[in-house]
Amino acid sequence: MRLLALFAAAWLGLAMPALAAEPSEMLKDPALEKRAHALGKDLRCLVCQSESIEDSNADLARDLRIIVRERISAGDSDDQVMKFVVDRYGDYVLLNPPFKATTLVLWVGPFVLFVVGLAVVWRVYGRRAARAATIAPAPLSADEKRRLDALLKDGAGK
Amino acid sequence: MRRLVYLLPVAVFGVLALFFVRGLTLNPRDIPSVLIDKPVPEMNLAPLPGRPADSGLATADLKGRVSMVNIFGSWCIACVQEHPVLNWIKGQGIVSIHGIDWRDDPAEGAKWLRRNGDPYERVGADPPPGRTAVDFGVTGAPETFIVDKQGVIRYKHIGPVTPEAWEKILLPIIRELEQK
Amino acid sequence: MIAEIGHFALILALAVAVVQSLVPLAGAQRGDAAWMAVAGPASMAQFLFVGVAFAALTHAYMVSDFSVLNVAQNSHTDKPMLYKVTGVWGNHEGSLLLWITILALFGAAVTAFGRNLPPGLKARALSIQAMVSVGFLLFILLTSNPFERLDPAPFNGQGLNPLLQDPGLAFHPPFLYLGYVGFSMAFSFAIAALIEGRVDPAWARWVRPWTLAAWIFLTCGIVLGSWWAYYELGWGGWWYWDPVENASFMPWLAGTALLHSAVVVEKRDALKSWTILLAIVTFGLSLLGTFLVRSGVITSVHAFASDPGRGVFILGLLTVVVGGSFMLYAVRAPSLKVGGLFAPISREGALLLNNVLMATGAGTVLLGTLYPLFADALDLGKVSVGPPFFNSVFLPLMVPMVLAMAIGPLLAWKRGDLPGVLSRLKLAVALSAAVAAATWVLQGGSAGPWWAAGGMGLATWLFLGTLAEFAERVRLFRSPAQALGRALALPRAAWGMTLAHAGLAIFIAGMTASSAWKEEKVQTMKVGDTVEVSGYAFTLAAVRDVEGPNYLATEGTFEVRTGGELFATVTPEKRTYRQPPRPTTEAAIVGTFLGDVYAVIGDADPQGGGWVTRLYFNPLVPWMWAGALIMVVGGVVSLSDRRHRVGAPTRARGSRPAAAKA
Repeated sequence: MRLLALFAAAWLGLAMPALAAEPSEMLKDPALEKRAHALGKDLRCLVCQSESIEDSNADLARDLRIIVRERISAGDSDDQVMKFVVDRYGDYVLLNPPFKATTLVLWVGPFVLFVVGLAVVWRVYGRRAARAATIAPAPLSADEKRRLDALLKDGAGK
Repeated sequence: MRRLVYLLPVAVFGVLALFFVRGLTLNPRDIPSVLIDKPVPEMNLAPLPGRPADSGLATADLKGRVSMVNIFGSWCIACVQEHPVLNWIKGQGIVSIHGIDWRDDPAEGAKWLRRNGDPYERVGADPPPGRTAVDFGVTGAPETFIVDKQGVIRYKHIGPVTPEAWEKILLPIIRELEQK
Repeated sequence: MIAEIGHFALILALAVAVVQSLVPLAGAQRGDAAWMAVAGPASMAQFLFVGVAFAALTHAYMVSDFSVLNVAQNSHTDKPMLYKVTGVWGNHEGSLLLWITILALFGAAVTAFGRNLPPGLKARALSIQAMVSVGFLLFILLTSNPFERLDPAPFNGQGLNPLLQDPGLAFHPPFLYLGYVGFSMAFSFAIAALIEGRVDPAWARWVRPWTLAAWIFLTCGIVLGSWWAYYELGWGGWWYWDPVENASFMPWLAGTALLHSAVVVEKRDALKSWTILLAIVTFGLSLLGTFLVRSGVITSVHAFASDPGRGVFILGLLTVVVGGSFMLYAVRAPSLKVGGLFAPISREGALLLNNVLMATGAGTVLLGTLYPLFADALDLGKVSVGPPFFNSVFLPLMVPMVLAMAIGPLLAWKRGDLPGVLSRLKLAVALSAAVAAATWVLQGGSAGPWWAAGGMGLATWLFLGTLAEFAERVRLFRSPAQALGRALALPRAAWGMTLAHAGLAIFIAGMTASSAWKEEKVQTMKVGDTVEVSGYAFTLAAVRDVEGPNYLATEGTFEVRTGGELFATVTPEKRTYRQPPRPTTEAAIVGTFLGDVYAVIGDADPQGGGWVTRLYFNPLVPWMWAGALIMVVGGVVSLSDRRHRVGAPTRARGSRPAAAKA
């Protein structure tokens, strides 16, 4: 039994060649099919984890592809189709997490990180400039000397 | 103040580590249903072949008493394991069980029930692409929903109903819903 | 018997690693040369023992010894010998053994090539390295023993996932691990430097080649994985922002930042505590990847067998290694001397900006990868973070970085002249704008995606900026006669930078084009049918069944014509492996300068009306691989710079050897 469980969970257990979207499923109208494909790319295949329904050949992904295309053929807007799926499977099905209170940190975090990074760098420049001003110009020349030493040494070392 | 900045990495790591400890006890594949406390979706499923014409499953059938809706299919391996438990629960006579034969050839579903026993009051066929199952937010079989007297979904059980799950989880919920 | 030798060798390696982690470190603290000298032979012995263990497992795979549980679970007699050997690391236990083998290899390499290292630094670094070894050896021996026996032995094994039976993926893990584990060198040197309390240009020169080597391997590993996905998954995608991919990308981003900040330490003796932090973070992210892949806290397409017990162990290891290092950092880093001064507009300033952006990028990927876990742990519900998030947040962050990448190398150290540099790049600005405009017109304006023109313009900008810097270095326009001589005399590191940056530019062009203008046709074809994709007419000439060593396949033959002339005959396959029974697709790809002609054959139509075929034209995809290859070549060229020759540099005059100080 343990052996079986281990094997079942073997490496790459779920990655399958993604030959999704059979021709028979596709909509005749290329514009509608393109919309359906774009929507499907943003919908998570629930049984295969991080693949979209367009890229998965799982049965449920296929069902959802067909249903998405049915909704589009019935005249639903993109938002209506997405709402239809989210009403049944929750936000989990969206590969592009919606911007709301619970995902605020996710969407804003990277930019906060960047601004904080810049601010820290800016402060360091300020502090160093202040220190350089108080003890100028000695540190610069010492620095030059050290660099010169290093350069000379480099040349001599080879 | 300057020293505090150097503590930042270890602080960030500490927070991450706490999340990881919590994460080890969570199952990322365990997706809760968004349909809890929502009315049962509109459906009117045909009966399986060889069964009475009025034995299909419709939304209205789930009103008036507490019931369980079980998603199964003749292709589903775990359902074979679960089925004896459902048969036993039926024998208890506590709750009515309905089935949805999902992503299946209805004839195969009927055959499968003849072979494995039939715990269901009503069975609706939901052949591919399984529109009703999608309305229920089903991700796999077996799954079992508990529906209250008003026809509102109260609980979703993912995976086979085991005797333990029945005793510890499903039965208490059903008892409580019966009281209301 | 051989398996038991392997197991025993691992136990011996553990014993050696314990000695190596304690004695040299204590020796360095006490200034005892004999104790410090233990590090050398110990690291060699550790490598020897781990090597024996690895050889023992490989042997078990080669002779298909199914009395070893690991072999029975992951191998099969029908497998070609190549995949029997590569199957060693196609599973959790074996891949960990590869991990530790590479770790021991790097330790032995320090001993072999690091003769000029100050004894104190070397002893401490090797001790730190051995501590990591102890952790992983314990992990293998306690939770993931690859030598466990199976009694009775089965008649045959369960086979290796056919997706792994492929040259691209077979060599993907060793390269990745050479990268991940290679960063442990920078880490060990960083911790040793923290203990010594000193970081100087000489330190950076010792660390750079190791970091560069790790970066080269990791780049190769990631590219191999992408290339594999591109031709094996059958629809021309090559990057999915899957957690496991992210796990390898985060150390790459941090490692790239480290590579650049170490330059500043070496040349200008500045950014020291930041570089130390980056060295810890880079290796920490490598370990984090190991944790994420093997603990099951994150769902991914290709997770290893997830086992909470193992998860707990790796988390413990992660906490000791990374948490402990950050603690040490908090205590010791503030006392590191602040080094050379520079203005915001300067080479250092540009490198620092690059570092901020790279770090933000790594942070973004980390946040996106872990957010589902955060949300779940805080009861905010289950969320998915997929490619659309990363594309819309990560890629914009990289735009300023690429913009700055063309400018930075032209700025002088300490204080640069931005207007001057920009005026020298006038032509590059004009040409990039022209390329962007031409792209817009060629794709039919808003008929193509809006960002495509930007991407192509950006690629041009980086490419021309890099060339301009190179031209300036060799004074191509001022004295063209001597330019060639000057180019040959340039330090290899300069060549390396030029190549790597130009490679990235080519990569960006390929990435943009392949994402923007991929053409795809999916249909059912009968033999004799012709379908045209981007000017290539694919005729399905024949379909036949073929048999491989351990699979059956449907092979389609397409004749591809362009302008009426036969361009190529390609034979994609759909294989069904026998053990385990799994299908794979083998796409047929013919590369041209402008893109890949890509054909896939699928299932027979159930109504008997032919076969499902997927035909693609993937524009500029070869540019992506070429660009990545040029980046790697740049890294190798830079590594061959004699200033980087491991152990060559000695510490600046006036600084005493560390051992004497203690």
